Amino acid sequence: MNEKKVTYLEAISQAIREEMRRDESVFLLGEDVGTYGGAFKISAGFLEEFGPERVIDTPMAEAAIIGSAVGAALMGMRPIAEMQYIDFITCGFDQIINMASKMYWRVGMPVPIVIRGPAGGGTKGGPFHSSSPEAWFFHTPGIKVVAPSTAYDAKGMLKAAIRDNNPVLYLEHKLLYRMPELREELPEEDFVVPLGKAIVRRQGEDMTMLTYGAMVYQCLKAAQILEEEDDLEAEIVDLRSLTPLDREVITESVKHTNKVLIVHEDTLTGGIGAELAAILAEDLFEYLDGPITRVAAPDAPFPYAPALEAAYLPNTEKILAAARRLAAY
Amino acid sequence: MDYLKIYYYMRLTRAMEDRTRTLFLQGRIVGGVYTAQGHEATTVGAAMMLRDGDCIVPQHRDLGMHLVRGTSPRAVMCQWLARGNSPTLGRDGQLHIGDMHHGIVPMISMLGDSLAVACGVALTMKIRKHPHVVLASCGDGATSTGTFHEAVNFAAVQKLPLVVLIENNGYAYSTPNEKEFAVHSLSERALAYGIPGESVDGNDVLAVTAAVERALAHARDGNGPALIECRTFRVRGHSEADKADYVPPELRAEWLAKDPIRRFEQYLIQHHLLSEATKAEIEAEIKATVDDAVSYAEQSPSPDPATVADYIFAPDGPVAIIGEGQAQNPRYVNALDTRTGRPFSTVQPVKEVVGKR
Repeated sequence: MNEKKVTYLEAISQAIREEMRRDESVFLLGEDVGTYGGAFKISAGFLEEFGPERVIDTPMAEAAIIGSAVGAALMGMRPIAEMQYIDFITCGFDQIINMASKMYWRVGMPVPIVIRGPAGGGTKGGPFHSSSPEAWFFHTPGIKVVAPSTAYDAKGMLKAAIRDNNPVLYLEHKLLYRMPELREELPEEDFVVPLGKAIVRRQGEDMTMLTYGAMVYQCLKAAQILEEEDDLEAEIVDLRSLTPLDREVITESVKHTNKVLIVHEDTLTGGIGAELAAILAEDLFEYLDGPITRVAAPDAPFPYAPALEAAYLPNTEKILAAARRLAAY
Repeated sequence: MDYLKIYYYMRLTRAMEDRTRTLFLQGRIVGGVYTAQGHEATTVGAAMMLRDGDCIVPQHRDLGMHLVRGTSPRAVMCQWLARGNSPTLGRDGQLHIGDMHHGIVPMISMLGDSLAVACGVALTMKIRKHPHVVLASCGDGATSTGTFHEAVNFAAVQKLPLVVLIENNGYAYSTPNEKEFAVHSLSERALAYGIPGESVDGNDVLAVTAAVERALAHARDGNGPALIECRTFRVRGHSEADKADYVPPELRAEWLAKDPIRRFEQYLIQHHLLSEATKAEIEAEIKATVDDAVSYAEQSPSPDPATVADYIFAPDGPVAIIGEGQAQNPRYVNALDTRTGRPFSTVQPVKEVVGKR
């Protein structure tokens, strides 16, 4: 194994460490991030390197964590507020929706904060350790929402988020944290992946799959099978950044495939896919040769039992079935 | 301590709010109006104890704090009248304004939330070794929120330079103290956080200044936060649309008799610190200031409707740490209001500021 290759999790860790070294206004606060090094060990060794004033173990208090991040950002700092699991972001919801996201629009003061944490399911986390909270924030003006799917993007987008002058919700898919296939060698020099840019992960002519996060890999598997068994070439657009949304890449892709399958792990109703479908229907209607099709979790809370979790999550099979229905048009 | 300055700001605060009420009753203010008759000793007294570089985190009844710290009466009236040149460009109203360069954190309507933000300001002062203190206020109502607890607890654990000033005015809207909490005094809550707390007569400005001075010294010396409950009374409604007929008339009369401005005025006269001539001068100056603020606001433009969805995101660029180096150098994104390209307009130019900043 190439020792230079890093996991998605190590890429996140590198991004925070390098930004903290580069800019002394960057600091990390959250539950168990210091002495313990974080529940997933993302900040292991940080306390020793940066000290307790820049790696702050907080009480179990998400409103205080996010609110403090806002206050520090108003002072010109660049705090990174860690949610131990992203599910707990609801405990600090108001500080994001009413405090952070409206601040610049209301009073002209930038709030450069990153709120980040492990999102997504597939780890038997049950209803409170598996959620995908992006739609609440996608709906909210004034906060950027990103969900990287590779180690390269995880690092580059986190650096971009930390340097951004706005609140950024950075969603780490915990299933990808230590996935061996995702290990890759990253550039030694400093790099960022600009927020707001989607990327085509696989080129194809027969349909576009719009997706992000861990679902990118389910789509890739489905596309492989579609190629082998159905002679269909699916193009996969990894949105990466939900706000701002890269309408250009979406438009480019749909204009030549003329069919769209939207895949996300979050629940269906009012999800990211609903807005994508509305955009496609409004702006690209004349390019569509089939119904805009969505594959998402059912409108139910995230379940615990393996059999239920498997039934709940979108997967290669569900994507394949939907893609074949769509291709038939 | 400049007693006449305190007196001036208490009177200015009352006069601004009286005029605001008139504007509301005349239909010239379209939204809700929240005033704080009776709070002047608490808000003005507390803010007068601050130094340059300290920060306030005021709430909706803290016009007195704002004015002492330099918030422009013109800016306040532009806010009430929803003008395009108000500090929020007409996007928000009331006292939801601030200017970090002058140590004023803008509030939101979710009371209690600002205390967590205050922690972040104080945390920055601690991390960056600024010798300053944050004075954050809240009402009795906000002490029931989860964020109050989270913030005060976090501040205590981190030993943040924070003074929490609870303005207990008897009611959270229509809900009286006995339906809000079961402790005898809100300063008892300090015990739960391992920090000092005291309750004072919030209508006695000298009692307020003495208590705030003790708390600020405690926080400034690195001992962590302190909590003060100022017992006062909201003699008017929650908003000007609220008749407050749930308040027993004799209770209101009792507190009206303890009016903080009249009490302080009597004290000043008794101690020969305020002559009739000086009083008349102060009144004339206040009237001129309020008149100017109202006429300035009334002549100011309405916001351009075409801008309603502008400025959702701040632009790229370096951000200065407030209070350090050349933080107001325009190369920084937070040096001035990048929405307009002009300086933040909450605080008037320094030369016009009578109080501290």
